[in-house]
Amino acid sequence: MTDMLYWQALHRALDLEMDIDESVLVLGEDVGLFGGTYRVTEGLMAKYGEWRVRDTPISENSFTGLGVGAAMLGLRPVVEIMTVNFALLALDALINMAAKIPFMSGGQFPMGLTVRMPGGVARQLGAQHSQRLEHTLMNVPGLRIVVPATPQDAFWQLRQAIHSDDPLIVLEHELLYFRKGQVDETVPPLLLHQAKIVREGRTLSCIAYSRMVEVALEAADILAGMGIDMEVINLRSLSPIDWDSCQNSVQKTHRCLVVEEDCVFAGAGAELVATLQDRCFYFLDAPVLRVGGINLPTPFSAALEAESIPRPDTVVQSARDLVSRAGNTK
Amino acid sequence: MDRTGLLRILRQMLLARTFEEAAAREYAAGRIGGFLHLYPGEEAVAVGVLHATEPGDYVVSTYREHVHALVRGLPAREIMAELMGKKPGVSGGMGGSMHLFSREHRFLGGFAIVGETFPIAIGAAYAIAYRKLPEAVICFFGDGAVNQGTFHESLNMAALWKLPVLFVCENNRYQIGTEIHRHSAVVEVYRRACAYGIPAVRENGMDVLAVHGAAQQALRRVRAGEGPQLLEFETYRYRGHSMADPGTYRPAGEVNAYQDRDPIRFLETGLSGSPADRWQAACPGPDCISSFGDYCLAQGHLEEDCFARLEQDTAREVQEALEFARQAPTPDFQDAWAAFTCNRGGERFFEGESS
Ligand SMILES: Cc1ncc(C[n+]2csc(CCOP(=O)(O)OP(=O)(O)O)c2C)c(N)n1
Ligand SMILES: [Mg+2]
Repeated sequence: MTDMLYWQALHRALDLEMDIDESVLVLGEDVGLFGGTYRVTEGLMAKYGEWRVRDTPISENSFTGLGVGAAMLGLRPVVEIMTVNFALLALDALINMAAKIPFMSGGQFPMGLTVRMPGGVARQLGAQHSQRLEHTLMNVPGLRIVVPATPQDAFWQLRQAIHSDDPLIVLEHELLYFRKGQVDETVPPLLLHQAKIVREGRTLSCIAYSRMVEVALEAADILAGMGIDMEVINLRSLSPIDWDSCQNSVQKTHRCLVVEEDCVFAGAGAELVATLQDRCFYFLDAPVLRVGGINLPTPFSAALEAESIPRPDTVVQSARDLVSRAGNTK
Repeated sequence: MDRTGLLRILRQMLLARTFEEAAAREYAAGRIGGFLHLYPGEEAVAVGVLHATEPGDYVVSTYREHVHALVRGLPAREIMAELMGKKPGVSGGMGGSMHLFSREHRFLGGFAIVGETFPIAIGAAYAIAYRKLPEAVICFFGDGAVNQGTFHESLNMAALWKLPVLFVCENNRYQIGTEIHRHSAVVEVYRRACAYGIPAVRENGMDVLAVHGAAQQALRRVRAGEGPQLLEFETYRYRGHSMADPGTYRPAGEVNAYQDRDPIRFLETGLSGSPADRWQAACPGPDCISSFGDYCLAQGHLEEDCFARLEQDTAREVQEALEFARQAPTPDFQDAWAAFTCNRGGERFFEGESS
């Protein structure tokens, strides 16, 4: 067990995989000499050389596409897109190429491609630099998407992603890179797409992913002081979704709150609510509720920005609403 | 150019540098948040080019656009207010440092996604050509942006349809931490334009008069309906890519040489020999402001005390902008919704809807 920052956990995972497997290579803007925008690839170029750690021009669609082509020949490229905002320029490579080639070729080609990118609202980066992309990527059959929330998740999910022969998207969060947490490199890891209960509770279930897990945990602390016992699930994966774990929790608590940072309209939460409503209808004491980002490009001004996404107090408010809807507090 | 013109150029370069250094201090003091990309070192490009434009022209720029906006005539106080996310900011506090817009000044924006200025510029140029107006679009971009597909796609369309665009490359030789020889197979950006039959030249971006002359000539051809032109200016940013970047990937000697009043002298005394060959060859000239000041003095356009007065004058303007921006109110959600829904007018979306 070692304490690591989130970026260090990703770095360690990359380093180990590159060391073990010569077919693993990294490419992206400023990943080499500069060491990566969030330090994730620091020192790897010196260790593995230019062919395995490649600084690219600002050509997102083509260098992501290059990753696709290289994966067809059996390499395991780990493409770093500086932020999800720039992945919008690589959607052709991700959606038309990576996601479809294995299928369209009748299964002839592996697609051991991993694409890492941070997203989310950070601190006043403006509307073009504060986006989330899960809503788009989740709607693409063929892409698998993981959303590590802790250094432990980051370490293992990146390693497992690299091992996969499906294209894997690792959605990181700009505000998580400097979060510290314990990483256990020896325990058998959770399965790549498995959800995890990070706080047990009986009154309601809260499903969150990425940075919203810590927001949900903070809310759970506050709620505990009010006698509301909120279970928190770190979803860890958005495609596929570990429905059984979610359902088991809801079956126990009879209420469910979904927290997402992305705009609520047609987002990940919509999928969670629809499916859980369907699977859990007869156990629910109240409709599944969503809290999410407001449907507005992210404002630059600090106070507006902070109010545009869920915070612990808004989660607390929604949890209380949900509990009061069905009358009795368990 | 007459004396008034020369002094205006000098004043604007001074104002630009003072403004940016003040913004850096505000950032360090926590009054500006987010990404802040500053322009010191590159002033001659914005000032030289924009002095050759007409009020009817349009300007499209990147996230490193404060100075383009300033020279274009957007008030310093409103730019500073935008950097602080305040309501009287040029974009109402909704855009921030990377998204300055002004319809009034025909400033079509700061764009934060590399490569976006090209399609916006050809779109504006298309509208101008469509209406047969004598206007032009100035499209700024960095050396790193030319490897984005939009560069090639847009140059092709601009040439194909003879659109009135002046493409202006601010080649500061870096794409954040990646030096140009490591991001481009051909490091003379202007040479790429020939693939599309677009006339292009490279100029010393540290010499404001050279920049101005090149821009004037190119714009003359654009306005004569000869189609797009491309100018590449060799320049340098003294600071890191943004305030978050210490810029440690650049050798100190390189940064010093560019900033020096006389880079040639610096090279002789400050460095012994080889590793910097590339930038020695690349370093186009001394700091644009001090060298232009020297030129004005030598030509008798400027007396020593006049230079000092200009400095005081621009410092006062920036100070006034700071005070205005600091005490300005922040926008609220009503302002945000107003900005978001401004184009709806009285349009009703559904039957039975109230407004
Ligand atoms: C599509 C896209 N990819 C990556 C980035 C991150 N990024 C911001 S500025 C920059 C470097 C741009 O260099 P250059 O075009 O030379 O302009 P300069 O900053 O030197 O003025 C990069 C990679 C971005 N904003 N947009
Ligand atoms: Mg550059």
